[in-house]
Order: sequence, then structure tokens, then C-alpha cells
Amino acid sequence: METLTSLYGQAVLLLAALVLFTSFVMLAQSRVTALVNLFALQGILLAATTALVAIVQNSPHLIISATLTLGLKGVLIPLLLHWLILRMGLHRTIDEVKRPLQLLLGAASLVVFSYYVTLPVVELSELETRNIIAASAATLLLGMLLMISHRQAISHVVGFMAMENALFFSAVVSTYGMPLVVELGVAFDVMVAAVIFGVFFFQIRESIDSLDVDRLSRLTEIEDNE
Amino acid sequence: MIALYLLLLIPLLAMPVLALVGHKPWAGRFNNWVNAATFAISVILALIVLRAGTLISDDHWWLVDSFSVYLIALTALVGLTTGIFSGPYMEHEREIGRLTHRRLRLYYAMYQGFMLAMYLILVTNNMGILWVAMEGATLATVLLVSLYRTPESVEAAWKYFILCGVGIAQALFGTILLYFAASQILGTGDEALEWTTLYVHASEFDPTVMKIAFVFLLVGYGTKVGLVPLHSWLPDAHSEGPTPMSAILSGLLLNDALYAIVRSKMIVTQAVPGPLPGYLMMGFGLLSFLVAVFFLHRQRNIKRLFSYSSIEHMGTMTFAFGIGTPLATFAALMHMTVHSLTKSAIFVTVGHASQIAGTQRMDKIRGLIATQPQVGWGLLVGTLAIAGFPPFGVFVSEFLVLVATMESYPWLALPLLLGLAIAFGGLFRHLHPIVFGRKPEGQKPVQANMMPVFAHLALVLLLGLAIPGVLADWFDHAAQLISGGMPQ
Repeated sequence: METLTSLYGQAVLLLAALVLFTSFVMLAQSRVTALVNLFALQGILLAATTALVAIVQNSPHLIISATLTLGLKGVLIPLLLHWLILRMGLHRTIDEVKRPLQLLLGAASLVVFSYYVTLPVVELSELETRNIIAASAATLLLGMLLMISHRQAISHVVGFMAMENALFFSAVVSTYGMPLVVELGVAFDVMVAAVIFGVFFFQIRESIDSLDVDRLSRLTEIEDNE
Repeated sequence: MIALYLLLLIPLLAMPVLALVGHKPWAGRFNNWVNAATFAISVILALIVLRAGTLISDDHWWLVDSFSVYLIALTALVGLTTGIFSGPYMEHEREIGRLTHRRLRLYYAMYQGFMLAMYLILVTNNMGILWVAMEGATLATVLLVSLYRTPESVEAAWKYFILCGVGIAQALFGTILLYFAASQILGTGDEALEWTTLYVHASEFDPTVMKIAFVFLLVGYGTKVGLVPLHSWLPDAHSEGPTPMSAILSGLLLNDALYAIVRSKMIVTQAVPGPLPGYLMMGFGLLSFLVAVFFLHRQRNIKRLFSYSSIEHMGTMTFAFGIGTPLATFAALMHMTVHSLTKSAIFVTVGHASQIAGTQRMDKIRGLIATQPQVGWGLLVGTLAIAGFPPFGVFVSEFLVLVATMESYPWLALPLLLGLAIAFGGLFRHLHPIVFGRKPEGQKPVQANMMPVFAHLALVLLLGLAIPGVLADWFDHAAQLISGGMPQ
């Protein structure tokens, strides 16, 4: 039993590290197609973690959320994003990252910061997976950093969805998932959000003829708006 | 209980119907009837709660207490009157070619979708569902902000979506932490997210985790309240979307987001020793208030002007809820009511004014009283009310906030008073030429239905002169509940 538990613990830790690692790779990635693929990978890893926890803990509702994650974040949303990229001819677009070194160093310090912040939570939890709470908080912050550092609208969507991933991740590892009805609701929201993002791409391109969000800068406090 | 289900069912059913027939000339009237029906039900619900006390469904899914029921009634009322205004307004927009049939259908369907999300926020007993509904409200309104498809409106909608999406993700993290803290005591399962259960057991939860959870909840839902420094989506979304949208965003969405924060605070204050949650809210509230009053002076767009005024008032309410004494809470609740009524009335009037002038730029809108006295006077009286002139209700609630501040933190009354004076100047330096200035050549009146505006303003006036006994008891009851003076 002892070895089994530790094996399980190590497997979950490994998967968590991989999820966090994909966040880092996404941060430094400048090709939008590769970014979407990485996002899909993260979704699959997340589903794998959830499924592992579900099997070992024998909790059927986590199986449902694992399937939902795999279908939604591993397959559906990446496919949608790829379709959009093709439709808009963006597959050669480079979303250049300025100062990648500083960015990654900043990301590393965010990870340390998350360990510091989640210390009291980790102390309180009795779950096997508690050490991963910090990793999930870090993934959340890295998703935000991705949105800050990238300029293409597609990258922003990926960052946004990566944050959703992190939230789901933290729920799985800290409490073995939220109640099912809440999880279904959140999944529904994510799906609708993905569709609305798609609609937005067309609207943004129609209005500024590009998907570079830096050019969305008409509304400011200083100049007048018309 | 049936009333509660009907409240959710009617908008849910009306949504697909309006998605199909929203472009018909009678869609506006149909929308009105739907809103009128939900309003009637909300009044019945209010009467039930008034007579029988807190209503909790057997499966603990729904909760209506004196705090939420008054907001339900307010939501339904503002939804109804804004709907009455939006019918002819959208018809006018369609006539001048700013809207197509498809967009009108989207508009009406999402109007009901938004109302559904608002009601769901107010009646759910589950903190997780509360989050889902809050996100749902963003999703319902975001495509409405970009309804006109101008570059500005698309930009505003994108900003709104991204900022509120990221913000509300923080609130989900806070909710997960809350669930985590609760599941240590209650075990995992639905009841560890049910507000009623959390409220009873809150004092047993781990204070450190609850503290972190509250920070995330406050920042997350605070983004939707429009608290500085997370406010920058608000003026954009309000100014670029269609005017009925601005009215219900300002009058309803901001309230419901604040409602979520207050609900969280009611749990957290029991778990966290010391005044930290209150201080956080007071800090954010005061900062928002002070920043917004200065920004009032710099605005050029009339809808942006009044969105900053919304931030100012939401700041005041957050501040008052943060003080947390029964008197301050009473004042905040009343302020919520009068602000919703006045602000939605103002946005309706502003909508007419910008249709008259054909622009939202304040230096181009002139001589409203000469052109169309109803609109001019409506705007003037509305602004007087929102600036806190006696005898309007806003004066009374702001006065009560001041008194409550004097009682608890006398020094903070000073920035409040100063801010109110600055806000007054900011509003009137812009407003004076708009209503009294010389009328430009060729400016013609538009077809306007000012009934909802005057009804709202009359209500605000009534609340300022004498709060009806029933309503005062009700506020009192809710204030006791929130400030922890009364067991559940």
C-alpha cells in the first residue's frame, strides 16, 4: 500500500510539473499555431491528472470532469482556434515576445511567490495532492503573464483559457474537484466564452484589419473619442 | 416557491422566443410583457418573504432572504422600465440604419439572458452557481456592447470581456479556496458551498485560508463592481454600448456584483478575527470614490461622465458596507436602491439627449430644454438627484453614510465630504450648458417616452421625503442580517 500511495503521489507530482512546464513553454512561444498546440497539450495533461486522481480516489464525478476537460480543452477549443487561425490566415503570424529572458525570470519568481502564498493552505490540507496547490496557483499567474506579454488576440484567448485550466486544476488537487453542478456550469461558461471569442475575432479584424490588440487603443481618457 | 421558479423560468423561455422574433415590430412590446410578468412575480415573492421570513428550498438550492428579495424587486423594476424605454429607442436606431434585424434579435434575446443571470445570482444558495451566473451575465452582455460594430465599440467589448473574464477568474479561485476551507470541516459535497451552511459554520474555518479567499473574491467581483484600479472597462463598455444596456449595466450588474462581495463578507467576517475584511472594502471603496470624482471633471463624452459617477457611487456603497455597522449597512442598502433608480433614469434620458443631438460629445449637445423640455428637465432633475441634492433619496442615503462614518471613523468623513463637493462641481460644469445653452440650428425633438424616467425620479423623491414604513423595516431587517446582529 505504502509504495502504491507514493507511486501515485509521484505520478501526480510529475503530471503537475508537466502542466506548469507547458505554461512556461507557452510563455516563450511566439508562433500562434504552436501556442494552440501547447494549450491542447496542457488540456490533455490536465485531463490525465484528473483521471488519475479519480481512479485512485475512486470518485466517479471526477471521471466526468476529466472527460469534460479532455473533450473541451484538449480537443474542442484547440480545434476551434486552429480553424479560426486558418480562416484568418494567421498561421504564419509571429507574436514576438519582447525580452524573453526577463519574462521567464519573472515567471520563475512568480512560481516562488505562489509557493509562499499557498503555504497556509498546504499546511491545512490532508490530501495526497496538496503540494500541487502551489503549482496550480503558479499556472494561474503564468496565464495572466501570458496575456500581459503577448499582443495577438489569439494569444490572449489562450492565456485566458490557460487560467481556466489552472483554476480547474487547483480545484482538483485541493478538494478533489468542485461539486458536479458547479463544474458543469463552469464548463458551460467556458464553452460559451470560446464561441464568443470566435465571434470577436471576426469583429476585431473587421474593425482594425488585424488581430494585434495593441492597435485597439481608440478609447483613452486623454483624447476625445471621436 | 413556485414564484421563485417562475422568476427564473419566464426569462429562460422568453430568451429563445425573442431570439426568433426579436426583429418583429412587436418584439419590444413582447419584451415589456415578459418584464412586467417577472416584476409582478418579484412583488409576490417580496410579499411572501415579508410575511413568512427567509425562504430556503427543501433541497437547499435556493435562498431568498430579506437582503436578496429587495434586490430582486429592484432588478425586476429597473428591467421593466428600461425595457419600456428600449422598445422605441431600438426602433429609432434601426430606422437610422445602425442596426440590422439579426442584431435586434440578438439584443432582445440577450436582454432576457442578462435578466436571467441577474435573478440567478440573487436566488442561488450556492457560491459556485453564483460565480457561474456572474460570468453568464458578462457573456450575455459582451456582444451587446459591440452591437453597433464600430471600432470603438468592438474595442470596448474586447476590453470588457478580457478584464472581467480575468477578474472573475480570481473570484473563482477565491470560491475554490472557500470550498477548500469549508470542506476541511464539512467534507466535500454540495453543502460545503451552500451559503446557508457556510454562514452557520463559518467561525470554524481556518482564518488564514479565508483571508486569502476573501482577497481573491473581493478583487474578482470588485472588477465587476468597477472598483478602482480595476474599473477601466466600465466607462468604455457603458459609453459604446446601446443606451438601454448602459442603464441596466449601471443599475443592475454593478449592484449584483456588490451583492456577491457582501455575501462573501458575511461569511468571512465570522472566520477572520479583526476588522481586515471591512478595512479592505473601505480602502477599495474610498479609493474608487476619490479617483472617480476627479475623473468626472475630465470627461467629454456624456455617457462616460455618468459611468464615472456610477464608479463614484459604487465606491461609496462598498465603503459603507465595509464599515459594517447596522447604520452604515442600512445607508448602503438604501444607496443601492436610489442609485439604481436614478442612474437608470439618467441613462435613459441621456439616450434621448444623444439621439436629439446625434452625438454623445458634450460640447455638441446644447440647449436641451429649448429643444425638448421633457428631456432637458429630466436630465437636470436626474443629475440634481444623483449629485445628492435634498430632498432626493440620494441625499438621505449619503447623509446616512456620512453619519455612520462620523460614528466609527470620524476622520474619514472629511475626504468623503470633499469628494462629494468635487463630484457636484464635476457634474454641473458639464451639465449646465447642456440643458440651458443655446439650441443649435436644426435640432429637432425625437419621439421619447419619459414616463419611466419620471416614475423613477418620483420614487427617489418619495424615498427622500419619507421612507415608507414597510420599506424601512425591510432595510432594517436586511441591515441587521448583513451586519451580523441577527442569527440566521
